[in-house]
Amino acid sequence: MFDSEKIAQIGEAKAKWQENTLAKVVKKNPERQPEFKTDSGITMNTLYTPEDVADLDYANDLGFPGEYPFTRGVQPNMYRGRHWTMRQYAGFGTAEQTNERFRYLLDQGQTGLSCAFDLPTQIGYDSDDDLSQGEIGKVGVAIDTMADMEILFNSIPLDKVSTSMTINAPAAVLLAMYIAVAEKQGVSSDKISGTIQNDILKEYIARGTYIFPPAPSMRLITDIFAYCAEKVPNWNTISISGYHIREAGSSAAQEIAFTLADGVAYVQAAINAGLDVDKFAPRLSFFFNSHMNFFEEIAKFRAARRIWAKIMKERFGAKNPRSWALRFHTQTAGSTLTAQQPNVNIMRVAFQALAAALGGTQSLHTNSKDEALALPNEESVLIALRTQQVVGYEINAADVVDPLGGSYYVESLTNQLEAKAMEYIQKIDDLGGAPNAIEYMQREIQASAYRYQKSVENGETIVIGVNKFQMKEEPPKGLLKVDPALGESQKAKLKNVKESRDNAAVEAALARVKAAAEGNENLMPPIIEAVKVYASLGEICGVLRNVFGEYRQQIIF
Amino acid sequence: MEKKPIRVVVAKPGLDGHDRGAKVVAQALRDAGMEVIYTGLRQTPAQIVEVAIQEDAQVVALSSLSGAHMALFPQVVKGLQAEGLNDVLVLGGGVIPDDDIPGLKEAGVAEIFTPGTDTRDIVKYIEAHFNGGK
Repeated sequence: MFDSEKIAQIGEAKAKWQENTLAKVVKKNPERQPEFKTDSGITMNTLYTPEDVADLDYANDLGFPGEYPFTRGVQPNMYRGRHWTMRQYAGFGTAEQTNERFRYLLDQGQTGLSCAFDLPTQIGYDSDDDLSQGEIGKVGVAIDTMADMEILFNSIPLDKVSTSMTINAPAAVLLAMYIAVAEKQGVSSDKISGTIQNDILKEYIARGTYIFPPAPSMRLITDIFAYCAEKVPNWNTISISGYHIREAGSSAAQEIAFTLADGVAYVQAAINAGLDVDKFAPRLSFFFNSHMNFFEEIAKFRAARRIWAKIMKERFGAKNPRSWALRFHTQTAGSTLTAQQPNVNIMRVAFQALAAALGGTQSLHTNSKDEALALPNEESVLIALRTQQVVGYEINAADVVDPLGGSYYVESLTNQLEAKAMEYIQKIDDLGGAPNAIEYMQREIQASAYRYQKSVENGETIVIGVNKFQMKEEPPKGLLKVDPALGESQKAKLKNVKESRDNAAVEAALARVKAAAEGNENLMPPIIEAVKVYASLGEICGVLRNVFGEYRQQIIF
Repeated sequence: MEKKPIRVVVAKPGLDGHDRGAKVVAQALRDAGMEVIYTGLRQTPAQIVEVAIQEDAQVVALSSLSGAHMALFPQVVKGLQAEGLNDVLVLGGGVIPDDDIPGLKEAGVAEIFTPGTDTRDIVKYIEAHFNGGK
């Protein structure tokens, strides 16, 4: 971006400054640390100058927002048109309770829904399964049949609200229920919009709610891609997630590398299944973490966009610019929240939210201050939503596109993160792609997690309230509790549905799901038929378990 | 005289997939010289008891971040007791509200380690239990 003569002059001047000005001060007052490094291992220098971005080629490396390689953002004017979607992840207890929370959030100015399901739902077990006991309605809402889904979206117009569902292994079933509920509301499937997470690879790597082995799981995913391309054109068919990889302990560079490597695997699987890349790629979406190292996080989002654009254009030959653009949701980092002095978490979340906005996110969940203690209560959810509203409406950070573009430091970090991520992606390619590199990624993540824990314990990393500025505290009050009796009432509800439905129709529908699973016809239509006659999630997943088998985790530690 | 290492089973009861904490603790205990077996995810209380028997465990460390601790931790204690393993030290960790801790202790979980715990404190606790901290 600069001519080489000027760069040389700046370099000389900098050397002089280091020697004459900086060195004297540092000699008198040694710096706080012998060296400063990001969690990706990138050295943070004292100062960045044009020298650090001397090789940056504006047109090729940055370009303009809304155009390849999208480093500066996916829309030409970003938040000047419309803010990011403010989307709080919510769900607990029964469908009735979660419906109430959804409506509260919409009343408070939230613009999209994000649904958390309980673990039995996420792993394809009904509430009456032995393995579900103790977990019903705990980390999200319990959904057994379409009857629960009808209650969940009661009085919420599905043609007006977009819904993100954190559901992976049984994503096809929950999407089928959503389509069926919308239809009952009189909304056809081409009018609904939202996202299913549907990212099984990161479940094997970091999140743990897998059911089936990789091959049939990838087939379910490509069936969804194909079905939605025809019938549910505004649906984001996958949210390829680095969030949980980061929460499990990875660095920023690992987060984008492993996520994009997973993305490569999905694109390849869909192409192998005969789909046209430009048909499905525009509906791929991503999900990242916004963590503590403020500038590295901003650079991470920018680097991710640039890498993905290059991969889609150069590696997969996509022609549609919408296939090149990496759109993403962001959530602030739950693992950075402390049980100690929980009000301090509000500040952590605010900075992480700002990093996401400066990094150009399309939607954002801000975490609640009490998440290290319990499920968030209504007050703390409201503060979290207000926090991102402050970032969006009050501090003018959303008024200029990519405001840190051109910062010597941020551009240098963006370049270095891209280089580090590409090294990992190459390594994963060498191992045969993400489905063959699960244990490799797990080991890398775990090593990072352990390194981090040690750095907190030896004081290299400061966590306020944990290893610095601790104080005596009263135990927090007013934490949300899920009523343990809820499990029983959910089971009773399921029993009721099973007794009142047409069981012959259920048997027939399940037989069609089985036949489709054994053959290679698209699984979505028979699953939709099955949910419509109130076949349960556990029954449908049970049929698929019998045909596909179950994934067995390798124990890596 | 060389002492035999303390044998620990680190386990994830229930359906919870958050295993960062369990694995960090497992590694810290191993680095402190203990012999550690990690069960992996989705273990029923009965499976955990089974592993504890097979591995001749002196400590069973349970981790849950999904709110299932009140239902599952006491079942592991009961299962161990039913096998006559009354000396096994059962520990718990995860997102566990203060209000739940007395109930878990009453049910036989010796100690609960919540978020922000220094792994060295867990090591100290276990060592103190078995050899008075020496």
